Amino acid sequence: MKKNIKPKTNQKGVAKHKNTSNTTKTKPFTTKNQTFSCQTKLTSKKKWYLVLAGSIIGFLNGFFGGGGGMVCVPILEKVLNLENKKAHATAIAVIFPLSLVSASIYVFNGYIQSMPLLSIGAGVVAGGIIGSFALKFLPPKAIRIIFAIIMFAGGIKLIF
Amino acid sequence: MTIFLYILFGAIAGIFGGLGMGGGTLLIPLLTIFLGLDQKLCQGINLISFLVMAIFSLLIHSHNGLIETKNIYIVILSGLVFSVLGAVLANYIPSKALRMAFGVFLCLLSIFELAKAFKKN
Repeated sequence: MKKNIKPKTNQKGVAKHKNTSNTTKTKPFTTKNQTFSCQTKLTSKKKWYLVLAGSIIGFLNGFFGGGGGMVCVPILEKVLNLENKKAHATAIAVIFPLSLVSASIYVFNGYIQSMPLLSIGAGVVAGGIIGSFALKFLPPKAIRIIFAIIMFAGGIKLIF
Repeated sequence: MTIFLYILFGAIAGIFGGLGMGGGTLLIPLLTIFLGLDQKLCQGINLISFLVMAIFSLLIHSHNGLIETKNIYIVILSGLVFSVLGAVLANYIPSKALRMAFGVFLCLLSIFELAKAFKKN
């Protein structure tokens, strides 16, 4: 494994000449579902990707008061090679402190009302617990597509 | 009646949020489109209810061993700075403009989600 961590020469330099040996060697970097993830140190390039990702996620989440998680998941999958469910769970851990900061600014600026907050909050918490348990069992592919279509419609409605 | 709708919409968004599909991106349009709440108020409510929900889902996810901790701090640190910027900027923008911008954001997200879903199939 350790030889594969620095793939630059393997991938580009020699790949054309030694077909069979190299395809097996470079596999850990191309297959998506492998739980190869962060056992090793990140390259500085990837660290800068993470810095950039964090700033985009943070800005969107603060500006729109949500949605940072949806941007965060694919980034975690790509940059840290996290498996799908893990990326989802980790995204919540990332968004949590960001939302804490943004939320306090919203509250400070007076964008809060106790009645809707309490009832909506109660609904969200109840639903969230159900959803979290469900995440362990079902991979929602069809739901995902339906959800995206509904979201698109909602977006159009909000624009006009 | 409105309280019932609040709870219902919250629950729907919460389920999707718990599934990691972006509860807030659902909750905010539900509240603004169907209940006519102010965009910024919705954003504030969404952030806070997310925080409460996230405590529970983080507990469940960490129990299931789904949370990766290595290198995450980099994303969080830069994210913290920009989440302040984003929230402050949102305060200076009229709710209607913010609502339209949010609509564009939603459309882009959904196109991206669709592309991803079909790619995996």
